[in-house]
Amino acid sequence: MSTEYIDNNSRSSDEDSGTYDEWIPSFCSRFGHEYFCRVPTDFIEDDFNMTSLAQEVPHYRKALDLILDLEDVSDDESQGQNSYDQDGDHNMDASKEKDGKGKTQIVNRSIIEHAAEQLYGLIHARFILTKQGLQAMAEKFDHKQFGTCPRYYCNGMQLLPCGLSDTIGKHTVRLYCPSCQDLYLPQSSRFLCLEGAYWGTSFPGVFLKHFKELEDYVERKGKESYQLKVFGFRIADQAISGQRMKWLRQYPSTEEEWDEFAKCEFELPQP
Amino acid sequence: MAEEIEQRLTSERDVNMDNEDSESSDYVDMWIELFLGRKGHEYFCEVDSDYITDRFNLINLQKSVSKFTQVVQYIVDELDESTLENMPRQRLEQLEKDARKFYGLIHARYIITVKGLQKMLIKYKDADFGRCLRVYCNFQPLLPVGLHDVPGEDCVKLYCPSCEDLYNPKSSRHASIDGAYFGTSFPGMFLQAYPEMTPKHPVKRYVPKIFGFELHKQAQLSRWQELQRLKLIKKLEDKKVDLNKSGGYKLLEG
Repeated sequence: MSTEYIDNNSRSSDEDSGTYDEWIPSFCSRFGHEYFCRVPTDFIEDDFNMTSLAQEVPHYRKALDLILDLEDVSDDESQGQNSYDQDGDHNMDASKEKDGKGKTQIVNRSIIEHAAEQLYGLIHARFILTKQGLQAMAEKFDHKQFGTCPRYYCNGMQLLPCGLSDTIGKHTVRLYCPSCQDLYLPQSSRFLCLEGAYWGTSFPGVFLKHFKELEDYVERKGKESYQLKVFGFRIADQAISGQRMKWLRQYPSTEEEWDEFAKCEFELPQP
Repeated sequence: MAEEIEQRLTSERDVNMDNEDSESSDYVDMWIELFLGRKGHEYFCEVDSDYITDRFNLINLQKSVSKFTQVVQYIVDELDESTLENMPRQRLEQLEKDARKFYGLIHARYIITVKGLQKMLIKYKDADFGRCLRVYCNFQPLLPVGLHDVPGEDCVKLYCPSCEDLYNPKSSRHASIDGAYFGTSFPGMFLQAYPEMTPKHPVKRYVPKIFGFELHKQAQLSRWQELQRLKLIKKLEDKKVDLNKSGGYKLLEG
């Protein structure tokens, strides 16, 4: 089976581009998929890593084969085409089977493709929590591929992708800023419809714990915040537009505040 | 810029040639209209020419550009065409540059007047300045603000009335506009003039979690910050501030 596949493949690829289009690299290089990193095939081939994914994704087997390039859909299509030709030649016995197979293949193709994307996303969410995956994501993080924090005082801090749910179809992807510890929407609209579960809820946390130096760096950063002023004067607290969100960007600074901070270790004390 | 000037000059000549259909082209030829229509100038509103020509409004701006009177005339399209045509190219380019700067500085003054605030209110309601990207701010429209009132210091920033924080403009076209063209006082004046435009502030926070467990350090900080908020509420309630209206807090759902 596998030798046949390679033979078929080399023949068809010689005709058009010369290089074979692998599923994972082509998925990751698609427009709007810049947040994805490449999951190595040996990670996917390890059944342990795929535990319980079969229940979450429809057409699991076929989708998995598609991701791993074990089944070339376009090849099957061309086979279907051939069989039509052969039909004309009344080459009945072999072609009929192939014809039927080709048809279901065409019908299912987009469904399988969709399932493969879901499956890859969920595998991706698992992979990026591994050491290798964290490394791959760190490289993207360093290159600012997830964008930078829009907040002025964060000074262009790189963001981390993050999901609000681990199941598909609940929330789109959000971006976590390690500096202001807040959540943002992607700047560019092409990332607005990406599924959040493909990065998972745990990723920023694991990333922060894995790369300790990031937390240290953030702690050393300036903790400036903005206050609204009119002609240099602060707005009164009682006014409707008075300051109400100072706490959001506030950090303990005085000794008294640090004591208070210590009391917050396990629960919220009564004010 | 040279191209634009040339375009403008030729179109002006066209108007001179056939005065019959000047109604339509005359309108397009207004300097302010051209300025506002340019890409990246979406944040600016139209300043009345009455406001620009009133000398009282221009106090202290005289020294910001050379040949101040000519610049003002150029902006309100009262400069003689013959002087414009006889001007060397370099001078024309300088004039256009000065006019843009001058318009920006007048704009900063104009938008904190009653009329200017009204115009900015319409733009705010249309979210012309963009929306806050912070997830819990729920697409709150932003307001432009400068960090300095002197030009040439820093670019324009955006103020979110919901989280009371400062953001960089999304597009680089907007990020290159001088902050002084909006001034440091604009959002404050705007919210004083239209207090009902102050949204209720979101209380919800995000704490990173690993497999459902919150990170301790981050969770501790968010608890402390919540404590600061509760203290502020107590203080405000002592001062009899109604926190259920706009400017109060949006309570957590569920």
